Amino acid sequence: MIRLFLTKLYNEKLAFYSFVYLIFLILLSIIAYFFAPYDPDVQDLSNIMAPPNSEHWFGTDELGRDIFTRTLIGGQAAIQAGIVGILIPLFIGVPLGVISGYVGGIIDDIFMRIVDAVLSFPAILLALAITGALGVNLWNAMIAIGVIFTPQFARLSRGQTLQIRREPYVEAAKISGSGPIWIMMNHIIPNISSPIIVQASFSFSLAILIEASLSFLGMGAQSPQISWGGMLHQAYSMIFVNPLMMVFPGLAILLSVLAGNFLGDGLRIMFDPRTSRL
Amino acid sequence: MFVQFFLRRLMYVIPMLIITTLIVFSLILLIPGDPAVALLGENATEEKIAALRSQLGLDQSILAQYWNWLGNAVQGDLGRSLFTGENVSQTVISRLGVTFQVVLLAMFFSFIFGSVFALTSVLKPNSFLDYIARFFGVLGTAIPNFWLAMILVVIFSVQLGWLPATGFISVTQSPVDFFKSSLLPSFCLGAFGAAQITRQLRSSLIEVMESEYIRTAFSKGLLKWSVMWKHGIRNALLPVITTIGLLFGNMLGATVVMETVFALPGMGQLAVHSILQRDFPMLQGVVLIMVLMIIVINFITDIIYGLLDPRIEFK
Repeated sequence: MIRLFLTKLYNEKLAFYSFVYLIFLILLSIIAYFFAPYDPDVQDLSNIMAPPNSEHWFGTDELGRDIFTRTLIGGQAAIQAGIVGILIPLFIGVPLGVISGYVGGIIDDIFMRIVDAVLSFPAILLALAITGALGVNLWNAMIAIGVIFTPQFARLSRGQTLQIRREPYVEAAKISGSGPIWIMMNHIIPNISSPIIVQASFSFSLAILIEASLSFLGMGAQSPQISWGGMLHQAYSMIFVNPLMMVFPGLAILLSVLAGNFLGDGLRIMFDPRTSRL
Repeated sequence: MFVQFFLRRLMYVIPMLIITTLIVFSLILLIPGDPAVALLGENATEEKIAALRSQLGLDQSILAQYWNWLGNAVQGDLGRSLFTGENVSQTVISRLGVTFQVVLLAMFFSFIFGSVFALTSVLKPNSFLDYIARFFGVLGTAIPNFWLAMILVVIFSVQLGWLPATGFISVTQSPVDFFKSSLLPSFCLGAFGAAQITRQLRSSLIEVMESEYIRTAFSKGLLKWSVMWKHGIRNALLPVITTIGLLFGNMLGATVVMETVFALPGMGQLAVHSILQRDFPMLQGVVLIMVLMIIVINFITDIIYGLLDPRIEFK
């Protein structure tokens, strides 16, 4: 199964390398604690704002901390945000959407009006407001990101469910006496999983982007917790002194978001070869 | 016929208004523990807490609270700032101008860059220009706008000294200085939009150009440009109208980040400050006004789409 997936994905070169990059990023951010060249929090005031060199590959910040180590560990916040940001909608949005599409009627009407209403909020602003209400920290920011992604998954799963709920195999299951929950779990969800996986891939990268934005605003990860957005916030305050500090955390965000987007594009073509390439 | 279509779309807006106001109101319910204590801090006196509780109406049932809040909101009264005591609706409205000017300029950039990239890309497929356009289409949706802003500030403000790094001058004061002060913020805000419009317009142009009526137009012997203009662009622009409506909401949200980076005194900056100061009525005010603006814009783009697309029947 996994092997088949990887072989098929390998045909979409860009998506395959993006997938490898993301796996690599996850592993790297975990093992960074044990193998990083420096302690991320140790200050070396005799060596501040050094440009990239052979000792400090990405240079040092205004307190002499090693930016390479901090960038590696900052990946954890991004990866966590990406994962929480898709798990919440997968476990809440998808079931709501499937129920809405399968049951129809007044439930469908109510659910979809709520979905439309939430989607009319600007995503970042709503995430910010939810984080502000729950209390400013990385965990609440990740929950907020998951919440704002939920309606999109609900709408997508509802649309897909509507398309297949009159298919012969669903009707057959109904006639043979299967209950609605059994049908939704065993016939509907497995058959609508492809577009949801594609959506999850795009949402993963958007979650990384929003987490970085929130942390940049000081509404996500709080010091001493390290995140790319927080590092850029630091770099911004030093922009007139040392512009080099912003290069690597920014590149890290850009590459990770690109990887998620490429993976999404590749998966979409893999699942549905008729769609055109951009 | 059109009146009916208009009224039906309007009917659709009403539940949206009810649910969005309910969501904005419910934000206060998310505050863990007693909101009055959370907002005033642990050291507040009993009297102050009691006063805030009655100011926020926390001593009533949730439904009554929502009803009172909504009743006041409809009359334009969104309460008072917990921090400065200013009238929330007046403060938010006074910030509206800055955000609106920057977003409009950003929309203009998005549309111009997006159309130019999409057109060059479709006119000469697989050419160098096509690859450039596709490259920006991919990059624009992935680059963090505040990082792009920092890069441009380093180049144009720090190194070259051409543009100010922060601050805002209204277009009514001086159009030239307005353009200078909002060029970088609008450009960074518009980069995502430009990429979206490029992708959207490019794929809808390709789809339209492969359709049968285009082939007919070519077989009549019309010139490429004439076909492109009369039959291609006009039809391909239709889905772009919807994209522009969606982008508007997206940009309003992104002003939260952009206005903080460039220190623009707009609604986005107000939202960030209200959270930092735990000024909840102000935050609710900003969120409410923004979402109302988006609902109005979406309503308008819906109507325009209905007017322009002959395939939609007003039944």
